[in-house]
Amino acid sequence: MTDASLIVTDLHVEFSGFVAVGGVSFDAHPGEVRFLIGPNGAGKTTCIDAITGLSRATGSARLGDRELLGTPVHKIVRLGIGRTFQTASVFDELTVLQNLDIAAGRHRPWTSLLRTRRGVDPSIERALEETGLTAELATPAGILSHGQKQWLEIAMLLVQDAKVLLLDEPVAGMSQDERTATGELLQRIAAKRIVLVVEHDMDFMRRFATRVTVLHQGKVLSQGTVAEVQADPKVQEVYLGTAGAATTAAMAVVPETVAAMHQPEEN
Amino acid sequence: MHVDALIAPLLNGSAQGALLLLAALGLSLTFGQMGVINMAHGEFLMIGAFAAYLVQQVITASDLSIPVALPVAFVVAGLFGLLLEVTIIQWMYRRPLDTLLVTVGVGLILQQAALHIFPSQGVPVEKPSWLDGQLSILGYQWPFRQLFTILLASVCVAALAAWLKYTSFGRRIRATVHNRDLAETSGISTRTVDRLTFFTGSGLAGVAGVAASLIGGTNSQMGAQYIIPAFLVVAAGGIGQLKGTIVAAWAVGVALAYFAYWTTGSLAQVLAFILVIVFLQVRPQGLFTVRTRSLV
Amino acid sequence: MTKLKPWISLGGIGVFAFLLLGVAPLVLTDHWINNLGKYCCWAIVAVGIGLAWGRGGMLVMGQGVFFALGAYAMAMHLTLETAGDRIPGFMVLYDPLAPLPAFWEPFRSAGFTLLAIVLLPVIVSGILGYALFKRRVKGAYFAILSQALAVALATLISSTIRQTGGDTGLSDFKYFFGFVLNDPANKLLVYLIAAGLLVVCLLAVWQLYRSRFGELLVATRDAEERVRFLGYDPANVKLVAFVASALMASIGGAMFVPIVGIITPAEIGAAASILMIAGVALGGRASLFGPALGAMAVGWGQSSLGSTWPDGWTYILGLLFIVVILFLPNGLSSLPARFAAARRSPAPPPPTPAAAAAELEGVRS
Repeated sequence: MTDASLIVTDLHVEFSGFVAVGGVSFDAHPGEVRFLIGPNGAGKTTCIDAITGLSRATGSARLGDRELLGTPVHKIVRLGIGRTFQTASVFDELTVLQNLDIAAGRHRPWTSLLRTRRGVDPSIERALEETGLTAELATPAGILSHGQKQWLEIAMLLVQDAKVLLLDEPVAGMSQDERTATGELLQRIAAKRIVLVVEHDMDFMRRFATRVTVLHQGKVLSQGTVAEVQADPKVQEVYLGTAGAATTAAMAVVPETVAAMHQPEEN
Repeated sequence: MHVDALIAPLLNGSAQGALLLLAALGLSLTFGQMGVINMAHGEFLMIGAFAAYLVQQVITASDLSIPVALPVAFVVAGLFGLLLEVTIIQWMYRRPLDTLLVTVGVGLILQQAALHIFPSQGVPVEKPSWLDGQLSILGYQWPFRQLFTILLASVCVAALAAWLKYTSFGRRIRATVHNRDLAETSGISTRTVDRLTFFTGSGLAGVAGVAASLIGGTNSQMGAQYIIPAFLVVAAGGIGQLKGTIVAAWAVGVALAYFAYWTTGSLAQVLAFILVIVFLQVRPQGLFTVRTRSLV
Repeated sequence: MTKLKPWISLGGIGVFAFLLLGVAPLVLTDHWINNLGKYCCWAIVAVGIGLAWGRGGMLVMGQGVFFALGAYAMAMHLTLETAGDRIPGFMVLYDPLAPLPAFWEPFRSAGFTLLAIVLLPVIVSGILGYALFKRRVKGAYFAILSQALAVALATLISSTIRQTGGDTGLSDFKYFFGFVLNDPANKLLVYLIAAGLLVVCLLAVWQLYRSRFGELLVATRDAEERVRFLGYDPANVKLVAFVASALMASIGGAMFVPIVGIITPAEIGAAASILMIAGVALGGRASLFGPALGAMAVGWGQSSLGSTWPDGWTYILGLLFIVVILFLPNGLSSLPARFAAARRSPAPPPPTPAAAAAELEGVRS
């Protein structure tokens, strides 16, 4: 599809004097499932906010040769960058099909807005198959299960034809089976696209990550493959220090409880 | 042009601004801190004014009745607010825009009830004799009444600020505003906090009502005329920003007075409205804001 | 079922049109035809509010502004038509030698007046909406600002008695584009125009609701930021709905004038603007027929109970807001669905959590 990479260099985000992200650099390429992890408040979501234009930032975030910082949100999207949110945000009152139809809409001329939808776009059909939602075509999104909502969000990015998928905690609240299905889905998608995942779930990260960047207090703590990162003594120290867990294996559980407590603040 | 031609609108406007501030103070608490849009706030102000009138029926000496009326109005209007919170608002915290319409209904009913109970032309509230004098400022005779409004507003602002900042209850309110779920898990009863906040905010409207009764008429329509300007003041000041509310109220009051001096009273109102709307164009978040991670 | 639904609605509009245009003139007296015409005007405004508020999430509390634009444009034309070559009577009252204010002059032309009724609200709401939505003013701010504008306009008209008739308003229209207004046949004609326009507005929103735009509008209402992240500018989506609703308010106002025979600031101010909302809330803000039928019901209450039992009517109106919004946020039109849901499962689902979240966002940001 494209071989442009997402390259973030020296990213800074500040909120009224509080430095949320202080000089983060990383890159993500098509073909890999890239993970961004770290304890709460590490600045993971803020990085995504900055890349997608939601938070003002300095430094640089480029897709190919196109600078993203300073571009309005909807224009960044039109460059092919799509994202999901921590809390699944689909349009509850609309059906799965209507949700996907809106996502597909940006490639259509505006006059088509005044007409009624007829049939199902082939791109929507493909996305439904890919995410296993074909049977839910006419279901209002509001009554989907939590996992299905997350998949619907990913499907929306697929019909949007996003080159870059920024996923904010896509498996939070999912069952083990759903996590596996999501991980496999991400690996399939990543073949032709850039996939960047923000996660708390270490187990999920271990199973599906190609490369990992660990953030801590707005800075890059460690970067590399799963094995490299796990072996990094700095990483172990941070997780032991903040979460009070005895081993890295416990990381999977503890940070999530912390996340649940802090969630409203992040929203 | 005489000096007093320039100074009079400034002083009158400051007093008008102080009254607006009193009306807006309670709103900035309920709207700014709790996100509830209480359109019946103006009617709570009216209740405060009628409370002042009723106090005067019991304590006929007006010199004494007004000082008594202030706390009485605070409590009475506060209790009405509490009643509103318990019966209606508490079910609607997740639907803020709908609180606006529900409280429009409450306001209509309160207005009509006032019309039922009191004479339709309104009731007179006697001014205490100690407000009769004037202060001479650069040749302009500034009525004590206006000075009193400013004083009252200052006292209320100071008390509210101190209460929010130094008491444990104030801290709990701020904690609840900042993060409701976390506050709850830390053992704060957010229900109690909500109720007390609403009581205080509505009570402040009552105090504003006493001040308003000393300046204008006391009738069933008086609340309706304050509600929109008060909301604009809160919006222009910035949500949950006490100092913003103060500056905005003063600015709107003074602007109103100068516009009225140059044109007419009603045209001044139109101009002031437009001024605030244009201002909100330039700064949609109001005068003072804390930049935070924006909402998703 | 879902495929059929739009056509059922279209059939409903057909039945509604038949009742208003075919049956009503045959069975109702002149007096009630005139009243029904008035309700139709409010219903036209309500259809627009349903579009902006129910589907778009913009609580338009100042539709009186656009109602006034249409109403005063029409009233100025009818006043000039009645006065003929002379200066309108109320102006002469204050100053026998007063010249006609310059902004009245173009309203002598029928064509200009009709154009103004359409273009004025479009321009004003376009500028206002563009400015507010691009600056992401929404939720309560939008509601209060729009209400403030209605108050400001009503105050302005009240205070310019020589130019606009002030609180006494404009009245005593004798002609309507050449037709004598006293003639019952012509009154019926005016009613038929108003009822016809209502049907046209219903058809317009029917098509809008089933179009992709309608889906996008609901999506914008429920999760504005999400829509932005799909590559749309939500401001533009809202702007279209807002301008359409303003246009309908103006049309309602324009037809109100020949039917009722008087327009005053009291018909456009804060109280009047809130009354326009009441019917929409009662009928069901997001439904197709709810706003129109609700507005007709409230209109009926206002003109019958409001004059015979004014105290009671205000209480009823207040209670209506409280009860409907508290217990039935989607109005009476949501009752059948609720009953059906209650029969299927004992606990009905809570009303639209997503919309609530979006509203909260609107208030806090």
